[in-house]
Amino acid sequence: MSEEAFEAVGDYKYGFHDPENHTIRFDKGLSEQVVRDISELKNEPQWMTDIRVKAYRHFEERAMPDWGNCNLLESINFENVTYFLRSSNQTEKNWDDVPDDIKNTFDRLGIPDAEQKWLGGVTAQYESEAVYHSIREDLEEQGVIFLDMDTGLKTHPELVKKFFGTVVPHSDNKFSALNTAVWSGGSFIYVPKGISVEMPVQAYFRINAKNMGQFERTLIIADEGSTIHYVEGCTAPSYSTDSLHSAVVELVAMEGAKIRYSTVQNWSNNVYNLVTKRAVAHKNATVEWVDGNIGSKLTMKYPSVLLKGEGAHAEVISVAYAGEGQHQDAGAKVHHLAPNTTSNILSKSISKNGGRSSYRGMLQVMPKASGCRSKVVCDALILDETSRSDTYPTMEIGNSSADLEHEASVSKVSSEQLFYLMSRGFTEEAAMGLIVNGFFEPFTRELPMEYAVELNKLLELEMEGSIG
Amino acid sequence: MLRVEDLHVSVDGTSIIKGLTLTINRGEIHVIMGRNGAGKSTLANVVMGHPAYEITSGEIHFQGRPLDELAVFERARAGMFLSFQYPAVIPGVQVGTFLKKSVASVRDDPPKGRAFRKELNEAMSKLEMDKSFLSRYVNDGFSGGEKKRLEILQMLLLKPSLALLDETDSGLDIDALRIVSKGINEIAPEAGCLIITHYQRLLDHVKPHYVHAMIDGAIVKTGGPELALELEERGYDWLDAAA
Ligand SMILES: Nc1ncnc2c1ncn2[C@@H]1O[C@H](COP(=O)(O)OP(=O)(O)OP(=O)(O)O)[C@@H](O)[C@H]1O
Ligand SMILES: [Mg+2]
Repeated sequence: MSEEAFEAVGDYKYGFHDPENHTIRFDKGLSEQVVRDISELKNEPQWMTDIRVKAYRHFEERAMPDWGNCNLLESINFENVTYFLRSSNQTEKNWDDVPDDIKNTFDRLGIPDAEQKWLGGVTAQYESEAVYHSIREDLEEQGVIFLDMDTGLKTHPELVKKFFGTVVPHSDNKFSALNTAVWSGGSFIYVPKGISVEMPVQAYFRINAKNMGQFERTLIIADEGSTIHYVEGCTAPSYSTDSLHSAVVELVAMEGAKIRYSTVQNWSNNVYNLVTKRAVAHKNATVEWVDGNIGSKLTMKYPSVLLKGEGAHAEVISVAYAGEGQHQDAGAKVHHLAPNTTSNILSKSISKNGGRSSYRGMLQVMPKASGCRSKVVCDALILDETSRSDTYPTMEIGNSSADLEHEASVSKVSSEQLFYLMSRGFTEEAAMGLIVNGFFEPFTRELPMEYAVELNKLLELEMEGSIG
Repeated sequence: MLRVEDLHVSVDGTSIIKGLTLTINRGEIHVIMGRNGAGKSTLANVVMGHPAYEITSGEIHFQGRPLDELAVFERARAGMFLSFQYPAVIPGVQVGTFLKKSVASVRDDPPKGRAFRKELNEAMSKLEMDKSFLSRYVNDGFSGGEKKRLEILQMLLLKPSLALLDETDSGLDIDALRIVSKGINEIAPEAGCLIITHYQRLLDHVKPHYVHAMIDGAIVKTGGPELALELEERGYDWLDAAA
């Protein structure tokens, strides 16, 4: 890789890019033919082609969401997006077989290193498909399936067919329709009954090409009494033109199972990040979304949980950082469908340098769901006069036995906090960094340590050179 | 070490300190007493560089340099320390992390890793603080006395050459007062100390060289430890004529 390609752009240290080598690259633009071509190229079963085409037609007709950031949504030019780009002909099991440029990129992102130290398996997706994939042998021996989604469809078509689109139907919203039409890559995970996967498995998503569209599709099924922790990270080069990332994630937690899904989203500030994430929790199951949004131009993402079985529990902890030119429209949705289900939602946002963050939440308790408990806490920290924070909570409570708590706060960094820290030797930037890290701490402490350290560094960097 | 000359300070156009002069040398312990609202904390804050206060005239020199050249964090790095009357709460920041970073930014040759932990342990056991403090958030949910102990812990670790202690003795129980005094006496021989207090009981443990009575933004009387006793007995009214 050339020196030049390694040069980070601005403060965003992942903004470098590789030369755009590829084995297959579709022309920009979207049509039914493009959708059929993707399916054919992947040699998919007819039923999948049919779902894709149906979803495409729905996408064509479906209106844009009328919330979030309508101006930015309307400015997306779907004709200027590359919908499929294959950069390597195989998904390798060994990093040494991954093409040099790509391997260097993942080295720089620290993925092979992390894999050795603390992960149970890794998928590395570059543009449209996984270029590397591996899982620890002991997990494989226990019957744990961890594959990229394309391979998952090939090797476990019945399982995919049974669950695909059952949690997030293509008709859920315009972007779930788009994803269903052109999906490529993502993870497919099945954890057998009673198996506890102790080490987290990780997926890393990297966009490299300009005007790229990345549409990964993830499906995780945790069978009865099993547990799994899935971690995802994502970055992209900084370009002056936009890229589109539109994923769909479906989680199914069977009776007594536990799924934790942790995300640190750090896209460059030219990426539209429009993602639908939803989970179904059956009897006594637990689903935890730990969702961090630091990068992107516009993020619209509301991880949700359908508490379908009695005693199921949902936990959504999310943070958003909106800096200059960024809008983070994030939040959580929890639907209490069964009795004695419980949920906790904690959302924290920071706005700075004209950035905008919105919390959009939905809490629903169905009439038959008696004895439910839910707590929602939203805290916003606004760092200057030009930045903005809004809260849009919705509650639909159909059962009066529900025990609900809702707290919201908007705060500023107080001059007394800054003075206190500066009197202890911290520069104003360092003091801000510490306060901001402290504000996100309830989120950060839930992350694997390596991610937490990285996130703290990232936020400290964001606080630098911007106070005046 | 610290030289304050004919200092005038105002906040939002209201004048609070009105012609205050004070010199503190190395190894000296000075005590300032005065009514609520006399301007004691204002003096300490101004010396440390709080941005809300405006110096309308007069000068402050620290180690021979005019202080207005130094930003707050530079004053800390130059060896100044303020124990706050009301320490700020920093949610989500663990005491351990905070102390480590603070020591690293203030001390010229900060102890690292094991050496830091050793120093920290020693200081904490001197102040009879439990290790569990380290994982709590800075001043978050701390009792009044716990906050003051954390201030003194910071002082021991930062090893200042000038310590400004603003009502560090307020709200302390008898044992805590003894413990905190131990901390002050430890740094005092090598540093200059300015202790702001309302109570003479601290002076059972810490022996001041000078006691100053402050009325309406100025020092109106200076004496030895006996002045503290007198002030506690007689109050401040008898000094009003001098102001
Ligand atoms: N930031 C500020 N804004 C407005 N007024 C202030 C500010 N700081 C101090 N003052 C005012 O200045 C006066 C002196 O306050 P200061 O805190 O210095 O008093 P003090 O002598 O420390 O009193 P105490 O014994 O109660 O701590 C008070 O009338 C106070 O209200
Ligand atoms: Mg005071």
